Amino acid sequence: MSEELSQEEKNGLIAELLASINEHKYGPDIAHIEIHGNQVLGTHLVEGLEVSSRSLDQGVEVFIRVREGAVLKNPVHFCFGIIPEDGLQKIVSHTVIERGASARFLAHCTFPNAVKVLHVMDAELEIGEGARLSYLERHVHGPEGGVTIVPKTRVTLAEAARFSTEFELVKGAAGRIELDYEAVCGKDSVVDMKTRIFGRGADEIHVREAAMLRGEGSVGVLTSHIALKDRASAVIDSEIVADAPYARGHVDCKEIVQGEARARAVPIVQVNDHRAHVTHEAAIGSVDSKQLETLLSRGLTEDAATELIIAGLLR
Amino acid sequence: MNILELRQVTLAKEGKTLLDDFSMEVWEGHVHAIIGPNGAGKSTLANTIMGLSGYRDIAGDILFQGSSIKALGVDERARLGLTLVFQEPARFEGLGVAEFILAGAKDKSGRTLDRALEMVGLEPATYKARAVDKTLSGGERKRIELASIQAMKPRLVLMDEPDSGVDIDSIPYIYEIIRELKREGSTILLITHSPEVLRQADHAFLLCGGRLVDKGPMDTMFDYFNGKCVPCRHVGVPDKAEAVCEDGANV
Ligand SMILES: Nc1ncnc2c1ncn2[C@@H]1O[C@H](COP(=O)(O)OP(=O)(O)O)[C@@H](O)[C@H]1O
Ligand SMILES: [Mg+2]
Repeated sequence: MSEELSQEEKNGLIAELLASINEHKYGPDIAHIEIHGNQVLGTHLVEGLEVSSRSLDQGVEVFIRVREGAVLKNPVHFCFGIIPEDGLQKIVSHTVIERGASARFLAHCTFPNAVKVLHVMDAELEIGEGARLSYLERHVHGPEGGVTIVPKTRVTLAEAARFSTEFELVKGAAGRIELDYEAVCGKDSVVDMKTRIFGRGADEIHVREAAMLRGEGSVGVLTSHIALKDRASAVIDSEIVADAPYARGHVDCKEIVQGEARARAVPIVQVNDHRAHVTHEAAIGSVDSKQLETLLSRGLTEDAATELIIAGLLR
Repeated sequence: MNILELRQVTLAKEGKTLLDDFSMEVWEGHVHAIIGPNGAGKSTLANTIMGLSGYRDIAGDILFQGSSIKALGVDERARLGLTLVFQEPARFEGLGVAEFILAGAKDKSGRTLDRALEMVGLEPATYKARAVDKTLSGGERKRIELASIQAMKPRLVLMDEPDSGVDIDSIPYIYEIIRELKREGSTILLITHSPEVLRQADHAFLLCGGRLVDKGPMDTMFDYFNGKCVPCRHVGVPDKAEAVCEDGANV
């Protein structure tokens, strides 16, 4: 996979990657970066956005900068993937959103034919003073479940910065997930993390979301909504530590478990300043009987009703 | 012509008789009310007719349009045209208002949806984008529940305390839906605590201690609210003749 590809081969792979995520051609004002295996196939940037990269043995190291005060109008699309059945892809990324800048990143991670794929993501993000970043990572996996993904993200938020992240894996088999997101929050900053996963077959899911509320008035909201069926299993560690006055945190952990699936939620909420306040709600179990009976009483079958309830939870 | 008939229905739970040899007939196209004090068994009766889990192991029989539905599941009863509006409607996560309202509708067109929302005074453009979750107020949630019933066009709808947990502004829409459902030919069984709701009915049944203690045309049943007590044998004091008044006090 490391030999140099011809432009024609690159274009062919880009087309396959985009087809697997149902994307078409991007317009000229949409920034996008396509990475297949350890090759950057294509990069298109817009004003205010800088991206450089270098190939690693088994992946790519990417440096991303959104310049001070730059407001990127459209989301920046990243497409990471491996088209063949097997392979290893390690993405190491360093992102800086400079003071007052604002951007949305949309990362598509696609392994449509995976039988034995390992995808490792090591992301370091710095969100500057008053800057904003929203990051949506959407996974598209094949039906085989042969993917192991290990996304690790470390975020630092300066004063009044905002970071929201969503991890979505609801189509195809999840495979094995080892997700670990942690944010350290400065004064008046806001972090919002959301994980939505549908596990089936023998999927094994481990999610850790953590917010360290170090700055006065910082806010952290951690949400994980997970549905499991067959023999899938999940462990969810949600952690909020509030060290500063007026820090506020909330953990929302909901899991629907069907068949022989198993789930464990471990919320840790810690308050080290009496003026801080952290709450958590967790619900694990079968489909809520009142929700179910409401839909049954409208004439839906149990299967159709369950499907509707789960689709809502994962939205 | 009766659409629903209960024949000597008895339901016991944890050694307590919640419905005691209960028989009643519900006439097609009419609005009936079930009144009675707190804990009388009104919700239990509705849950039993709908066949919710925990309310299925009964003695006696329940007939819908002449056939026993005792062995049918909730969804099978619903597909025959029977439905229930819960006193405290369920809150979902992420489920859209449009999806929810159309889930039980035969005609799943945008017109059905808009009309159902307009009937309960909710602006379709605004509410279609919302979720049936905890961000709705009690009144909004109840109105959306009634909109979903309107879209479903059931033959018989059981409404458990349709005015409870509802803001003043929402009340007229509840009455309007009751009238509209009746106009469209649905039969309604209103469970209520309030004389205002009773006024929407043609007939009423007075329930106490899981038993039917009185019945009659709506205008003869206000005595109950006016404090005139009706003899009643309370559950828990089976050998003692008691009486039931508005606040459920024994006399
Ligand atoms: N699932 C249940 N298990 C045990 N007891 C119940 C159950 N549901 C209701 N009851 C009891 O049955 C009685 C009637 O309750 P309910 O039907 O809710 O009264 P109402 O709706 O008239 O206020 C109450 O004493 C209540 O505690
Ligand atoms: Mg009740």
